[in-house]
Amino acid sequence: MGRYVIRRLLQMVPVFIGSTFLIFFMVYALGDPVAALFGDKAPDPATAARIRQELYLDEPLWKQYGHYMGQILSGEFGTAFNGQPVTELMAGAFPVTLRLTLVAILFEIVFGITLGVLSGLRRGRSADTTVLLLTLIVVSIPTFVSGYVLQYLFGVKWGIVSPSVSPEAPFDELLLPGIVLALTSLAYVTRLSRTSIAENSRADYVRTAVAKGLPRRRVVTRHLLRNSLIPVVTFIGTDVGALMGGAIVTERIFNIHGVGFQLYQGILRQNSPTVVGFVTILVIVFLLANLLVDLLYAVLDPRIRYA
Amino acid sequence: MRGATRARWAVCALSAVLAAAAAGCGGGGGGSGVVRASWGDPQNQLEPANTNEVQGGKVLAMIFRGLKRYDPRSGAAENMLADKIETSDQQNFTITLKDGWTFSNGEKVTSKSFVDAWNYAALVDNKQKNASFFEYVDGYDKVHPASGRATAKTLSGLAVKDDKTFTVRLRTKFSTWPDTLGYAAYAPLPRAFFDDHAAWLRKPVGNGPYTIDSYAKGSAMKLTRWDGYPGDDKARNSGVELRVYTDNNTAYTDLQAGNLDLVDDIPSAQLKNAKTDLGDRYINQPAGIIQTLVFPMYDPNWSKSGMEKVRRGLSMAINRQQITDQIYQKTRTPATDWTSPALGDQGGYKAGLCGDACTFDAASAKKLIQDGGGLPGGRITLTSNVDTGSHRVWMDAVCNSINSALGNDKACIVNPVGTFADFRNQISEQRLSNPFRSGWQMDYPLIQNFLQPLYYTDASSNYGKFSDPQFDKLVDEANAEGSQAAANAKFHDAEKILAREMPAIPLWYQNGSAGYSDRVSDVTLNPFSVPVYEQIKVG
Amino acid sequence: MPEPEPKEPGSLTPDEAVTPAGGGASSLATSDAETLEGGPIPGGTASGKARSLWSDAWHDLRRNPVFVVSALIILFLVLIALWPGLIASGNPLACDLAKAQEGSQPGHPFGFDTQGCDVYTRTVHGARASITVGICATAGAALLGSVLGGLAGFFGGWWDALLSRVADIFFGIPIILGGLVFLSVVTGGSLWPVVGFIVLLGWPQISRIARGSVVTARQHDYVQAARALGAGNTRLLLRHIAPNAVAPVIVVATIALGTYIALEATLSFLGVGLKPPTVSWGIDISNASTQIRNAPHMLLWPAGALSITVLAFIMLGDAVRDALDPKLR
Repeated sequence: MGRYVIRRLLQMVPVFIGSTFLIFFMVYALGDPVAALFGDKAPDPATAARIRQELYLDEPLWKQYGHYMGQILSGEFGTAFNGQPVTELMAGAFPVTLRLTLVAILFEIVFGITLGVLSGLRRGRSADTTVLLLTLIVVSIPTFVSGYVLQYLFGVKWGIVSPSVSPEAPFDELLLPGIVLALTSLAYVTRLSRTSIAENSRADYVRTAVAKGLPRRRVVTRHLLRNSLIPVVTFIGTDVGALMGGAIVTERIFNIHGVGFQLYQGILRQNSPTVVGFVTILVIVFLLANLLVDLLYAVLDPRIRYA
Repeated sequence: MRGATRARWAVCALSAVLAAAAAGCGGGGGGSGVVRASWGDPQNQLEPANTNEVQGGKVLAMIFRGLKRYDPRSGAAENMLADKIETSDQQNFTITLKDGWTFSNGEKVTSKSFVDAWNYAALVDNKQKNASFFEYVDGYDKVHPASGRATAKTLSGLAVKDDKTFTVRLRTKFSTWPDTLGYAAYAPLPRAFFDDHAAWLRKPVGNGPYTIDSYAKGSAMKLTRWDGYPGDDKARNSGVELRVYTDNNTAYTDLQAGNLDLVDDIPSAQLKNAKTDLGDRYINQPAGIIQTLVFPMYDPNWSKSGMEKVRRGLSMAINRQQITDQIYQKTRTPATDWTSPALGDQGGYKAGLCGDACTFDAASAKKLIQDGGGLPGGRITLTSNVDTGSHRVWMDAVCNSINSALGNDKACIVNPVGTFADFRNQISEQRLSNPFRSGWQMDYPLIQNFLQPLYYTDASSNYGKFSDPQFDKLVDEANAEGSQAAANAKFHDAEKILAREMPAIPLWYQNGSAGYSDRVSDVTLNPFSVPVYEQIKVG
Repeated sequence: MPEPEPKEPGSLTPDEAVTPAGGGASSLATSDAETLEGGPIPGGTASGKARSLWSDAWHDLRRNPVFVVSALIILFLVLIALWPGLIASGNPLACDLAKAQEGSQPGHPFGFDTQGCDVYTRTVHGARASITVGICATAGAALLGSVLGGLAGFFGGWWDALLSRVADIFFGIPIILGGLVFLSVVTGGSLWPVVGFIVLLGWPQISRIARGSVVTARQHDYVQAARALGAGNTRLLLRHIAPNAVAPVIVVATIALGTYIALEATLSFLGVGLKPPTVSWGIDISNASTQIRNAPHMLLWPAGALSITVLAFIMLGDAVRDALDPKLR
């Protein structure tokens, strides 16, 4: 187990190099960011040339990348165009997004699994159909629509919550955004747990447990749920990363200055230090989340072992 | 067992979160007398000569005062720090400063404060994005050569006479040059800017009615009234809190919820509701911004003789009135020339110079395009970035208008570009072979600013590479005129050439639109569509 | 037959000395044994005396009303995608700005959008692009994802490490950045680059799910039994593991179909997806989203069409999953 974890952690090194290069190359492929700094006016060639030189943009790609990696190894992640160090941006953005993701994941786990278990146990009955219809609504209405509608209803019409999130982004303000963010994933979690539960509820061990006279509650939580969770856990593992990096729309709607916002800004302004820095951290988050999921497999199903 | 424990823990955490939400909600404060206003993250550092967009411009307008100031209502350039600006030959100017002006840190504003600031701005090593504003000053080519190193550190055209007087020598005659001096790039700078640049950038110090209290990059800036401000336009509120919004829809929602006092950019989707939501707290007034569709005149398909008919025909195929009514709810005005009504008569605006060529007439449009030989390749595409503004909607509408005028639903196709940077690069590398969007926001309220940089041969923002010797000649003559009225008349003649050649289709004049809460009053926008913060009253 | 599976130390390997604690699947052996003996071509029709799992499934499906209904809906959607003129004779590109955002009226049951185009005609004509994107992208991502994920889960070791880490890197690419880079190069706003891009972004998720399922399924008793009886890897994967691991993949893929159609909307919104004159639900939904307060009918119809499509595929997926599940026999 220990060796397995160490091996997985070591795999981060090639992934780190691969993803930084890929993202660096992609931002490079977007083209020259300097012209856009001048707005609707034509850039003054001499000034633009000086800015390019300062940002090493006049060098070939491999030299730019080498320079960037050299910087990173000395702990320097570069600066955004407004003069803010990328490390400062990260320190501001990641805690906020982490809190947002936490709210969303909790929501997915609690509501998704509950609804999934409910409809899985009552397959084909009205509860199941209702959950299916809710799933459909969630899937076919894009986040930007549900976000604006819920924000308007809760924030303006009923005045229950603040429509936007303050820069400090405490948990209570992140509740509504977290739910909006979780909606699509909620559909997946619900359907996945429903299918798993339905599949396993006919398994022998469940029948055995029922025959032994165990209370229904205990059968469901200890035997049925535990054996049905693997696909759900896998999905949530993949979702952690997606939620953290993909919260662009939600963060925009609720004015949250988190990872999604900084990435979006960085991409539109074509600032490679910002984009590469943030994506690299995100890839590390995916790796850790996936490692955690793989370890959870062994917890949920003892037949799976890691040497 | 482990699974069960985990699930219970999760439920507890979520209910704790729910409880917290119920307990602590509602909008954040802002002290009494403070205006809470929407803001966007400035793209560049907040140096006066490095700020070329509205968001940074808002701050500069609060913390700096220059030689001249544009009247928030009429846009006319009036002396601020300048006591007088004199010239006898439209080329050599002597500037005298008023007494009693200081920076908020106590340092006196002298002629050196200006000359040092201007030299800093023009020097290529300082990479200031507005450096080209100083290109009219003698010696600019030495401090800012097109390539290579600067051969001088200071502009030879600037000379300090004494604490209150300095002289400027221009490269050519430019009669209305003093009226350009209200632009932020010409602001004076305190010694602190040069002595400890990093500290100044963290918290800029100027000579305007406000001082910066705190600046959290990317999220908010708090400004307080400077009680020792010597000017007449003292702040009538105790301060301004600028909050960064990444989406103007959210800012508008926050205004409705009472968390914000002022939104100066109402999203186009909300324009239909703004009137009912806000009543008389909704402002819609002309600003010095025009949107045009520029033809790539560097492409022989568009510049060859006879194509001026096609270009004019396309202009006539656009139903501007309907689009500005239906899509923009009258927050745009159909353009009838290439400038802006925000200039006023004095600045040189004259309606209708475009004539019939800017009036919708489907039948004539179709005929003109046929006479001119038809669209190149049988179809056109319109190109614009779609990451900012709501450009997608009007592009669709313009194409539909052209298509229905020509009776061909594939004659005009939109070509959205994902990022502004990509769009800019496609333009500057002349990769576009079809009309593209060009928006122009005036730097100073003079007709010259709408014509010379955009249509003069090889001018800096002449993206379509239009060139017409007669137009150039008229502009030169206008700049040499002694009086503004005479200059304006020449510029109007120049516009008539644009009407004939149609190198760019004027679409509409953009209005400034803003909304405010019932907590504040006396909210106005200046001709640059920037709120006049110091006039706002709270309570 | 030699055991082909590499057994490096530290690789993901099933514990052979297992005594199932929570659940053994002993009764499965019966249904499984049948298929073991019958042994017709996987996926083929009933060619011999005994029927395979796959042909059993088809037999069940035809009698399942859920399957019949969903198949009919999908058939209908495909028909209007191919020939939209069947039920909407208008021109989706003929728009009259004077009628912008007007509601329902005779001849125009769904009203008009912001540009004054007929919402009914656009919804019908939008089916082609949206359904093509939905089906092709889902099929591509599901195929690529389940093959790669399945192999990673089955073989473990370096094969797993390589595929999973590549998937991690792909996960890391922000949609906007990827879209701007890949799709702005391919101009014209045609369908296939969009489909390809969605497959590229979508496969890692399905591959993780498939991998997880295969890791669970491959250490079941019947797989061990089949292996002991000398079944090869291909046979193990296709005959024994795939049918038991496919359920989560089907679930994720059917929902993904809907999200992919919506993703096309996001891409169009960013200016890198489909472009006019192509008509799609995605484009219309993204245009409608900002007008929700002024003209909710603009959103209702294309989003409703999307819902029905997703519903049909979720039902189809459910029916197929049930048919493949031996425990329900």
